[in-house]
Amino acid sequence: MVTASQPAAASPANTVKALQDERLKEVSLITKIMRRPELGAMAGLVLVTIFFLSTADASMFSLAGLMNILSPASQLGILAIAAALLMIGGEFDLSIGSMVAFAGLIFGGFLVLSGWPLLLAITATFAVAALLGGLNGQLVIRTRLPSFIVTLAFLFILRGLSLVGLKWATGGSTQLRGVGERAGDGIVREIFSGNALEGLFSWLAANNIIAKFPNGTPTVTGVPVSILWFIGLALLATWVLLRTRAGNWIFAAGGDANAARNSGVPVDRVKTVLFMLTACAAALVAILTVIDAGSTDARRGFQKEFEAIIAAVIGGCLLTGGYGSAIGAFFGAIIFGMVSIGLTYTRFDSDWFQVFLGGMLLLAVLFNNFIRKKVTGER
Amino acid sequence: MADSPLIEIRNLVKHFGSVIALSGVSMSVGRGEVLCLLGDNGAGKSTLIKTLSGVHKPTSGEYLVEGRSVAFASPRDALDAGIATVYQDLAMIPLMSVTRNFFMGREPVKGVWPFRYVDFDHCDTVTREEMHRIGIDVRDPHQAVGTLSGGERQCVAIARAVYFGAKVLILDEPTSALGVAQTSMVLKYIHQVRSKGLGVIFITHNVRHAYAVGDRFTVLNRGKTLGTHAKSEIKIDELQNLMAGGKELQAVSEELGGMV
Repeated sequence: MVTASQPAAASPANTVKALQDERLKEVSLITKIMRRPELGAMAGLVLVTIFFLSTADASMFSLAGLMNILSPASQLGILAIAAALLMIGGEFDLSIGSMVAFAGLIFGGFLVLSGWPLLLAITATFAVAALLGGLNGQLVIRTRLPSFIVTLAFLFILRGLSLVGLKWATGGSTQLRGVGERAGDGIVREIFSGNALEGLFSWLAANNIIAKFPNGTPTVTGVPVSILWFIGLALLATWVLLRTRAGNWIFAAGGDANAARNSGVPVDRVKTVLFMLTACAAALVAILTVIDAGSTDARRGFQKEFEAIIAAVIGGCLLTGGYGSAIGAFFGAIIFGMVSIGLTYTRFDSDWFQVFLGGMLLLAVLFNNFIRKKVTGER
Repeated sequence: MADSPLIEIRNLVKHFGSVIALSGVSMSVGRGEVLCLLGDNGAGKSTLIKTLSGVHKPTSGEYLVEGRSVAFASPRDALDAGIATVYQDLAMIPLMSVTRNFFMGREPVKGVWPFRYVDFDHCDTVTREEMHRIGIDVRDPHQAVGTLSGGERQCVAIARAVYFGAKVLILDEPTSALGVAQTSMVLKYIHQVRSKGLGVIFITHNVRHAYAVGDRFTVLNRGKTLGTHAKSEIKIDELQNLMAGGKELQAVSEELGGMV
């Protein structure tokens, strides 16, 4: 206690220097890589790819096969990226699957029943979704209940409303048809449905770079727009998380809301916006799939909330918040798509998918816990 | 106005419903001065800090910052006025990197909206320099704060407040959870901050820690100040007795052979 009780005696600027900790090891490259939250998902993707390369039919890894995999992966991925941001922000949203169905219903309603033009219907759908997401967020913030419970309630409320609403709108059916015809043609539809980059693919086929039919049209005519949305959102979310002020606030809000508040981070606003964003991601998936299918039904998005959260966890998100990555959720969703579609290319029963799903989740959580201890130096 | 203290409160009263948490507290802190606020559990230390840092609004009494009367609506207001509070355990987020913690809530942005981004290279440089200045060698500013020791975390939190232009630092029991070496590290840093001309309010219930760095001591008991004493006026034992409410502790201390 000599130093503690007599610090004024020594020149402080020099003595403090002596406190450098010689026990800290140099940061190795491995530690740096280990510190990336998406490491698990990337390793998982490599393993799954090796598995299918050795067991599946070669056509799985053709261009057409890849599109088959990426198409469902992209729809799940859009949800997973939003779910990942929300999880990093410290909250859950179990209502996203039901939100897909509900957003599909109101989108179909605006378009078919109200007869609104496509752009207006899309804008209105996003607005309603954002409002519901904001309601979720405000309920969680104001009641201080766990978001798990609040959004579980909305899982049932929105699913029920979708069923009731569809029956009311169609006079007893749980499917609302006629979206395809009402959507019309034009730039707005092309942004939200069909394939993109068709010119490029024709050119590639003409130059014998990709496979084509005897008549000269390519076997894959373009990239489904949902895949482009998926990639675009993954890049945007990663940029926001890692390079912007909002990203730092998301990490802070999820890491420790109190500490964040004390440092001047508007935690409540961050969380509300994240809930709105998640709901809008659900609405985007609804719009993308409803226009392509030409109809909407009450089972749309069924159990997608669990798959999205699992993809986010595989992508390195901690269930406790404050840690994770958007690019990890991106890879998590691709793993999902690859396994669910890939099993049909193998001689395995495709119902193994569920077993795989549970196993992967367990492995990911264990791995994440291990990584967190590494990162924080917790023992 | 140059001579007026950085912070002065006169007869500050705070009621929570029927509970009187503070019943007329007066104190002041000047430039380059460490005021130790001592008090046992329930003395009203927390309420006083929270009132000073803008979390609570005083029921009555005067609160002057550099001679001007103020009424803070939020902790942010207090922060903008140069009054930074470092809470014992709620200052840092363990999973986030040192840099991200250092700039949390005050990230410097570049570029044009909506393409505004945080210049993390600059942040890393600043963090490394500031940490070096207080003698913590952060080789990698990307390492999580969770890997730092408790004392280092306190020092990072204090360095952050100083870097962002605090005039008064309120330290809420910065040493209570720390070991001996860690404590001396924090106390040395407090001494260093004082020599820069900042005012420090050091809250503790450890008289030894207080006596080590304090210039003046205000003892709080049951929501009231039991007086303020300069270091030259009071001995460490007297301070201890004052804080514990006198006789009782002395009796216990004798029973235990003077070890308390």
